[in-house]
This record gives sequence, C-alpha cells and structure tokens, in this order.
Amino acid sequence: MGDPPDPCAGAPLMLEVGVVKHFSKFDLQVEFSASDGITALFGRSGAGKTTIANMIAGLVRPDLGIIKIQGRTLFDHRQGVMQPPEQRRVGYVFQDARLFPHKNVRENLLYGRQLRRKFTDAIDYDDVIGLLGIEPLLTRAVNQLSGGERQRVAIGRALLSRPEILIMDEPLAALDGGRRAEIIPYIERLRDRFELPILYISHSIQEVTRLADTLVLLDAGAVVAAGSPRELLTRLDLRPITGRYQAGALVIGRVDEQLTHAGLTRVRFGANSLLLPLIDQPIGTELRLRVLARDVAIALEPVHRVSIQNQVPARIASMTIEDGPFAELRLDVGGTFLLARITAHSARQLRLRERMEVTALIKSIAIERSGAG
Amino acid sequence: MLSPGELQIVLLSLQVAAVALIATLPLAVFLAFILARRHNLATQILNVAVHLPLVMPPVVTGYVLLILFGRGGTLGQIFAKIGLIFSFNWTGAALAAGVMALPLMVRPMRVAFEAVDRRLEGAASTLGASRLQVWTSVTLPLAAPGVFAGAITGFAKCLGEFGATITFVSSIPGVTETMPLAIHGLLQIPGQDAAAWRLCAIAIVIAILALAVSEWVTRRIHARARH
Repeated sequence: MGDPPDPCAGAPLMLEVGVVKHFSKFDLQVEFSASDGITALFGRSGAGKTTIANMIAGLVRPDLGIIKIQGRTLFDHRQGVMQPPEQRRVGYVFQDARLFPHKNVRENLLYGRQLRRKFTDAIDYDDVIGLLGIEPLLTRAVNQLSGGERQRVAIGRALLSRPEILIMDEPLAALDGGRRAEIIPYIERLRDRFELPILYISHSIQEVTRLADTLVLLDAGAVVAAGSPRELLTRLDLRPITGRYQAGALVIGRVDEQLTHAGLTRVRFGANSLLLPLIDQPIGTELRLRVLARDVAIALEPVHRVSIQNQVPARIASMTIEDGPFAELRLDVGGTFLLARITAHSARQLRLRERMEVTALIKSIAIERSGAG
Repeated sequence: MLSPGELQIVLLSLQVAAVALIATLPLAVFLAFILARRHNLATQILNVAVHLPLVMPPVVTGYVLLILFGRGGTLGQIFAKIGLIFSFNWTGAALAAGVMALPLMVRPMRVAFEAVDRRLEGAASTLGASRLQVWTSVTLPLAAPGVFAGAITGFAKCLGEFGATITFVSSIPGVTETMPLAIHGLLQIPGQDAAAWRLCAIAIVIAILALAVSEWVTRRIHARARH
C-alpha cells in the first residue's frame, strides 16, 4: 500500500522463504528473501541455520509456510506442495562435504550432472574444474583428499548438478585457518563467473564480512535483521548477535595509490581514504576492508605528531555506554559507518555525545583485508 | 578322479545351492534393508519369522515345509499349478536350503545397511537422484561388502544343509541326495568309510575354494571402495 515502489517488481526474487517448524527445544520461525549475489545467513550455532538449508533443499519438511525459488514453488503447505529434493535443483555444499566414498573424484563431480542431463545450464564442466583447481585430483579416491580438496570437490559436484541456486552450509567450518583462506577466493570466483545466486551459511563474522552482498541475521530460530552488511555490522543494537570482541565495520573501497616505498596502499572510500599495509592489487580494484571497533580511537580534533596514519572526520551517529568499562560508538564517515570501542571513562572525559563531530584514528596495521582469518 | 556317482552328487549339491542362493538373494537383500530401516510391529514380526529357522530344530522346519509345500499342502498345491513341485524333488531341497540359509544371509546384510551413512543418501537426492536411483547408486554399493558376505555364508549353508532337507524331501539318489545326505547315508552302511571320506574331502575342497573366491571378491569390493 504505502510501500515505496519495488525496483525489482515483476522479476521474481531468487529465493523466498517463510517457514515455521516446531522442535521440542525451540521453534523456528523465519521469513527472508534473497536476490542475486551472495546472501549470508549468519547466526551462532543452534540458531537454526542448517535446518533452514535443509528445508530449502527438501531434506527437512517445514510444518507451515512457503519456499520459492525464482517464483517456482518448492514448498507450500496450503497447496500441499512438497517437491522432493531431486526435483528442486538446489545445489547443496554440506559442511562435511559428504562425498561418495565408493566413487572417485570425477565420478563424484559427474554424479548430479548425469542425473540432470535433460536440463541445460550455463555452467561448463571444464570451467568448473579449472576454476576450482581440481584437475589433478580427478582420478583420486575421495579418502586421499585433504579437507580443503574435499570441500572444493563438493563445491564442484554441487555446481555441476545444474542448480538454480547454491547453498553453502558452513563450507569452511571443518577447515583450519590456512585452508579457509585457500577456499574463499574460489567462492568469490564462482560467484563472479557463474552468476549463480548463493546462500552462504556461516557463524564466522570474518567470512560474512568478506563475502556477503546481503546479510540475514538469525538468532534463536528467528530473523533479527536483514540488509546490507555495511549497515548491519555497525548497528550497535545487533552486536549481541554480530559479536562484541570481534565487532568491526565493513568498508568497501578501491585501491587508489600504491606507496610501494613505504609499503602502504591507499584505499579510497567516498571522500575519505585509508592507508594500510601494501596490498598487491592494481589501482581501481575493489577491496573489502574490515576495521575492528577496538582498533578505532577518537580524538576531538585532528591530532599532530602521532604515529597513527589514518585520521578521518566522523560524526557520532550513536553511542552506548553499558555496564562495565566500555563505550561503543557508531561513527558516520561520509556515509560509511565505522565502529569504535573505547573506555567509558574517556567517553566521559571527552564529553562525547551523539551527533558530535570528531576525528576517528585508525592504526594502519590494524586494518585487514577482509578474509577468513 | 571322481566316480560318476560322486560327480552326480557334487553337481546336484552345487545346483541345489546355486538355485537356492539365486532365489533367496533378492528376498534377503529386501528383508535386510526393510529390517535395517523400518522399526515397527510389522518388521518385528517379520524379523522373528525370518529368524525362526535359525532357532527351531531343523527337523521341525523340514516338517513344517512338508506340511505347507508337500503334495497336499496349501502352498504346495498353488505352486503345483505353475508346474513347480517341491515334494521329493531337488527343488524341494533348494527350498529347504534357502529357508535355512535366509536368516544367516539377512543378518550381515542388515548390519551393512544399518552402517550406510544416510546423509550420503540425502546428498545424492539433492544432486537429482530419485529414491530408487539413490538406492542403486549409493545405498547398495556402500552395503555391498556385507551383502556379499551374507551371500557367501548363505551359499555355504545351502551346500551343507541337512536336517530340514532330509525331513522335507528325504534322500533320493540322483534326485535329492546332496553331499551331506550322501555322507550320512554312507555312514549308515558298515565298510563304506572310505567312500564317506572321499565325499568329505570333496566337501572340504569345495569349502576352501568358496572361501578363496569370497576373499578375492571381498578384496576387490574394498579396493573399489578405496580405489
């Protein structure tokens, strides 16, 4: 009625989910939708993430509700529709890979592709093999693969099954730090290469910061908030879910200047820029940076003779002082939001208030290119 | 090497055991799968029925078969209409062997089906496999070592079945006289120890051969699973 006109009106959403399921321990009641790109479903373990994935894939039946993919109804309790998993064309990458132990890598990859021979898709076998770097593994037995290789094969198998959407349920959770960093670029590449919408399930704020175009926050079986990660990650009221110690903002900018002699890279976002340790990427490359709240300090005016390289003008958008020694600030830096975590004591000393103009100080070495660290 | 009489006994034994195995195998796989996956009153009753021949005296099983499948038996008359006569026929020996072997076959197969990771079946279904395709491409291959072990045990049991067979179809040379029955017959006649020993030796050789084949196939199945 009074809603603003929907720019996507007419084109069906990639994924619409509105389901209810009762469990003895808790009730799941979620409603969200997703459009193209990577939609991250974020929440701590036990929030119901995997159950939602299983319901979309058809492995778990919701009690009530509706699930649609690109306008196609997969589940609708009113109409009595419950498509079996094999008819849904939902590619599912499981946390534990679930490769078939009695088939080799190639047989695993082709399993779904051969079963769905009658469907055509834009995904090319050789492309997938090349993109995931699994050419040397094709004749290997599944139990000779490392954890990272298994997960790449599992991604390939799901991609090749001619899906309309890809669900990745914590695909990195079973891997150690190094292996995670190894897989992330593959996920970015396949998103860019295949234009396949991806529902990415995770409890890692780093992964979500790095990958998500849209963020859906889940807590105790309900959607708490949904929207752009830049917005949600800096909302102070959501920090119980997005994390306190790890709280940080997502800054999306472009490589502006390489100060090779100083070992620094300048990244521009809006009217401002940040210096950070050298990132070997061409000028103009889009980067996602993660700026942790605990690495941002506040000054009332620009500071001279200080080691901190990055000083950006900011306005305090909101501030909370809770029990304990900390104050949390949400800073508006020309439309991009940063979080700052300072002591309540200094907040009082500086007489910080909402809507005050301040200077945000960020140590260069604290800024990380968003990854899965 | 073998006298014509011995050859006939050996061939008849192999025929009875092979037919019994081939006829029972699909049923055993089906029962094992159902018993592994469904747990309700009906499957409990089924479980007891399948295992009864294992715990009943074989003579009783043979007698029950005689009553049901004999010339005057209800089931015997039904099968007679399609030309299948069990009483005092080698087919009866195969039936007795199959019934006695069934519980021994179902047990390891059921354990194998229970051990199949059902999450792999779920993964297969998301990749486009119907329930039947999941079963043939994931469930059965993963349970194959247990299914094969059950089949080998069943075949051995069919070769050696004695009590139910002799009760149901008696020991008719050239018709129902398998190796155990022939050995037992020879032992009843004084002075036939040597002939009995020869058949025992043949039985042992066949057993060793079966074991060797079973080992070889088992290793191949595992090698395939491992690649």
